[in-house]
Amino acid sequence: MDFNATAPVRPEAIEAVTAALRGFGNPSSVHRFGRLARRALEDAREEVARLVNAAPSTIVFTSGGTESNALALRGTNRARVIASSIEHDSVLRNVDAEIVSVTRDGVVDLAALENMLAQDRRPALVAVMLANNETGIIQPVAEAAEIAHRYGALLLCDAVQAAGKIEVDAPALGADLLSLSAHKLGGPKGVGALYVAPHVELKPILSGGGQERKLRAGTENVPGIAGFAAAARAAREGLVQFAAVARLRDALESRVARLAPDARVFGAHLPRLANTSCLAMPGVSSETQVIAFDLAGIAVSAGAACSSGKVEPSRVLRAMGVDDGTANSAIRVSLGWTSGAQDIDRFIEAWGGLYAARSRAASAPAA
Amino acid sequence: MTTNIAIATPGNRKMPVYLDYQATTPTDPRVVEAMMPYFTEMYGNPHSRSHLYGWQAEEAVEKARGQVASIIGADPKEIIFTSGATESNNLAIKGVAHFYKERKNHIVTCVTEHKCVLESCRHLQQEGFDVTYLPVQKNGIIRLEDLENAITDKTVLVSIMAVNNEIGVIQPIKEIGALCRSRSVFFHSDCAQAVGKIPLDVNAMNIDLMSISGHKLYGPKGIGALFVRRKPRVRLQALMSGGGQERGMRSGTLATPLCVGLGAACEIAQKEMAAESERLHYLRDRFYKKIMEQLPEVYLNGDLEQRIPGNLNLSFAYVEGESLMMGIKNLSVSSGSACTSASLEPSYVLRALGVTEDLAHTSLRIGLGRFTSEEDVDYAVSEIVSHVKRLREMSPLWEMAQEGIDIKSVKWAAH
Repeated sequence: MDFNATAPVRPEAIEAVTAALRGFGNPSSVHRFGRLARRALEDAREEVARLVNAAPSTIVFTSGGTESNALALRGTNRARVIASSIEHDSVLRNVDAEIVSVTRDGVVDLAALENMLAQDRRPALVAVMLANNETGIIQPVAEAAEIAHRYGALLLCDAVQAAGKIEVDAPALGADLLSLSAHKLGGPKGVGALYVAPHVELKPILSGGGQERKLRAGTENVPGIAGFAAAARAAREGLVQFAAVARLRDALESRVARLAPDARVFGAHLPRLANTSCLAMPGVSSETQVIAFDLAGIAVSAGAACSSGKVEPSRVLRAMGVDDGTANSAIRVSLGWTSGAQDIDRFIEAWGGLYAARSRAASAPAA
Repeated sequence: MTTNIAIATPGNRKMPVYLDYQATTPTDPRVVEAMMPYFTEMYGNPHSRSHLYGWQAEEAVEKARGQVASIIGADPKEIIFTSGATESNNLAIKGVAHFYKERKNHIVTCVTEHKCVLESCRHLQQEGFDVTYLPVQKNGIIRLEDLENAITDKTVLVSIMAVNNEIGVIQPIKEIGALCRSRSVFFHSDCAQAVGKIPLDVNAMNIDLMSISGHKLYGPKGIGALFVRRKPRVRLQALMSGGGQERGMRSGTLATPLCVGLGAACEIAQKEMAAESERLHYLRDRFYKKIMEQLPEVYLNGDLEQRIPGNLNLSFAYVEGESLMMGIKNLSVSSGSACTSASLEPSYVLRALGVTEDLAHTSLRIGLGRFTSEEDVDYAVSEIVSHVKRLREMSPLWEMAQEGIDIKSVKWAAH
């Protein structure tokens, strides 16, 4: 139940990767092996472009979401970067970004954004993610883009968590740059893409052989890219079924609410990814919960996986104004296309057990 | 969408004979086998430290790190996984230059380095760094005196590749390392073409940073590594920041199957290097001898002795390069590096050796490797010999040369 950290690789993607690993060739070679690899690469580019309703020529393959964000932020080299406070670390840590806050609902504050842009007219890049990795809350990207463009700024949309879970239309969103990761949608790790709108001027962060229209040097990871494409296709075709995962998620949340009136779900009344639930069990630390769930054979996480080595209160929840105590007791449950009702039953059993133990401990006389 | 690539394994006779092992190598089936479980069952995020899926992945990644370290005599903690040698080279060169820029601003490299090294250096020049590009001798190898003279008290980094990707020549890495250490300059070596082909030891050779590629040593594409020495410590500025993985030097979720693949490829190469090297020596010598016996006016580019066994780079005089490539379409060879092979520009590496333009235009890079058979070699030789002979028969220049006319002395009338 940790699909937002990484998803199982879809069978279609495994098949594509395996086939491509058996064939080989450097797509830059002119001989037959090279041309076959080139064809696989360009077919994949079309498929990934389709996922975000873009032209194939706008897709640059990278080694993953982090590189895509780094390329967008460093490659546009804008005087100012304004990022929402709930962006992923790969957005916040690549440049010195000015932070635009989110409302208590966890949605980027558009009025504040407009204010910041109006006060300083240097060329800017605005970064707003499409869906938050911890809460699943969907951000008003199209509105943010419209504001950004009014002030001559570019908009970077980190769609790593959203792609494959909801429909993503890069041109309709008005995104100038949009980041994608394969492994979050059931493709292999080590592959991602950056959508670069035709008018955007970008400089590479990796110099070299001039691959990817001189925007990203390095021999293309053809098997990984083929796997990305196969997963993108499966995800795109499965969007309707994916939306139905909300029923499982909602069942989970209402059962938690019945068990524990003091439990808190973040963003329940807002447009959210169908699979994500961020919920707090007051009085029990996130770390304790994660370990207890692991013992029960359930994988959940406290915050984002990258930083989950060190358990700290969720930066995203704190940005939403949630107090430290509550933020410290939140976990993220993220379901996927392989999740079923029995997973929810197991989760509720474990959650209920832990909650009951907490209540017993709380009511026990002090020794 | 068609993701199925025709099964292009070497030895499949419906496909051309693959002789381009410096462009990329087929992934060893044993490597694929090692990778597969990490696609199917153990797909965890290696950075998810709180559950079993994550632990399995982390354990696999750490094992792979040890395998990579072992083949170059490094400590596993000194290995950073990257997306490939291009990223490793960029990270080493730009990363070190940026980190130490307050104190030092000079880099020494060599004119025959891989594009990504040269382009990284050009990028730094645009930022105001000084770069010295060492020339090479006719055999493709640098002069140590040139290097010694180029190093100043402003030099932060020397970047010299171990094995050239076009001509396969081996630079005197140990001597370069000793020199750099004695002058307190960091030594980076692009070893994409060297790892698994020649013995390497980062301590004996005083290498401070080393770039490694997966797909050049029968591992997967999309993965590489950078060795970053801890004692004396080398520091660098990251090219991509984020989750702080790889000790902050390289953020991004690690691709467990790719790490496992690179590790397995290193382990296999380490075990089999000696035997493989001997076998390839035999095949390469057989190839070279047969060509030289049957064709006059063929020139080897780059030193024959200081060279990896799996490479030949030959120029065929009096033959038009494009026609030769068209003729031998049953052989997958290249006329330069893969990156630039789509362009018709003659190789900058050959030009740096002083190879004349016409000979540079008729060069073939022949890369032999793990799956090349004696039969492949003999077939390739017969193809090349027959096409070169055919093309020469049609060439007026060849005819003149046969009549003893020195082509260079001919003054061509302008039309």
